[in-house]
Amino acid sequence: MALTGVLRPGHVQVRVLDLEESVRFYRDVLGLVETGRDAQGRVYFKCWDERDHNSYVIREADRAGLDFFGFRVLDKATLDKFDADLRAYGIATERIPAGEMLETGERVRFTLPSGHVMELFADKTKVGNGIPLVNPAPWCKARDHGIAPIRFDHALLYGPNVAEVQKIFTEVLGFYLVERVLTPDGNANAAIWLSCGQKVHDIAFAEYPEPGKLHHCSFLMESWDQVLRAGDIMSMNAVPVDIGPTRHGVTRGCTIYAWDPSGNRFETFMGGHLPYPDYETMTWTFDNFGQGLDYPQRKLHETFLTVVS
Amino acid sequence: MTHTVSIEDADVRYACAPQESLLSGLHRLGLRGIPVGCRGGGCGVCKVEITGGEFSTRVMSRDHVSDDDLAHRRLLACRVYPSSDLSLKVIGKLQKKVCTPAADRPLP
Repeated sequence: MALTGVLRPGHVQVRVLDLEESVRFYRDVLGLVETGRDAQGRVYFKCWDERDHNSYVIREADRAGLDFFGFRVLDKATLDKFDADLRAYGIATERIPAGEMLETGERVRFTLPSGHVMELFADKTKVGNGIPLVNPAPWCKARDHGIAPIRFDHALLYGPNVAEVQKIFTEVLGFYLVERVLTPDGNANAAIWLSCGQKVHDIAFAEYPEPGKLHHCSFLMESWDQVLRAGDIMSMNAVPVDIGPTRHGVTRGCTIYAWDPSGNRFETFMGGHLPYPDYETMTWTFDNFGQGLDYPQRKLHETFLTVVS
Repeated sequence: MTHTVSIEDADVRYACAPQESLLSGLHRLGLRGIPVGCRGGGCGVCKVEITGGEFSTRVMSRDHVSDDDLAHRRLLACRVYPSSDLSLKVIGKLQKKVCTPAADRPLP
């Protein structure tokens, strides 16, 4: 098996200002599947085609933003090895017991030098995607409810010390650097796109003075048509749109950025190239950041650099 | 019935209905004067100080609105709804903070 170690983004927990308003948004407008609520009041969602019990969790709080981002790893032995490797690298880790999140096994938690709380886990209950495993249909009715992305794909996080974050992902967690944007002086990376498999990115970071900030959580759509349909549904529901529909130069992904009712940015995304770990990193100079963000318009939108939660 | 909102220093006056936020009223008319961000009370770029008039609010992120801000009516325009004619000052700084100090960074 070629894909081992970290398999994929597995879950993210996001703070919202009004829980029920947010539940209505995520369930009925974005079209996620609500899969549970816990004693802490957290609400759990998955995308229709995901098989694990949850991938997107919201919690009511007095400020918006990201609580933590978790990756699924291959198995328990892999989880234990990463825990040991992180500690050997000098990063403090903590074990969160199985069951603290619904239908989720033990988690290894650590904080990046960018201020973001990361987790690794090996077990989450498979609830399926509503399609049988024998003679499966290509989709089910849930695909047509709301925007209905097929999976939680990646996140872009803003914080300090991106160079140190890159080392942890590439030297400890087995990721590789797919693309980067240089700082204006060309001596460092202003933003990095990292992959743990053959996706164009599983997580991305941009240098920013305030730690622990969320730029966006991204949801994968099946086609450009589905991205345009997402834009229609956003306008029908007066969802504030930030950028798009357009295509990124970085990743080649087709995109709309918009905000949830608490000001957490999300993305409906499709496409992107398919890198391999042996491919050379692609580099954007800072003066081409505008094309990297919005290739047709060649515009470095002000909100991209300044609006985070 | 709509209320008249005045942005001090910017010489902008616009009509805003009680059920629309100060920010959406401005934005809907295609006017500028208050920076527009997430429009959900989360990002803080549309911070204003209400200098006169009555209003109601919806929940907004405490990352950007402290107790002192609440006491002095320094609020996020996307979460403030007018119930009388109203005046305000823009105080949110749309800071260009990514990558380098703003002074070193070419403007988009």
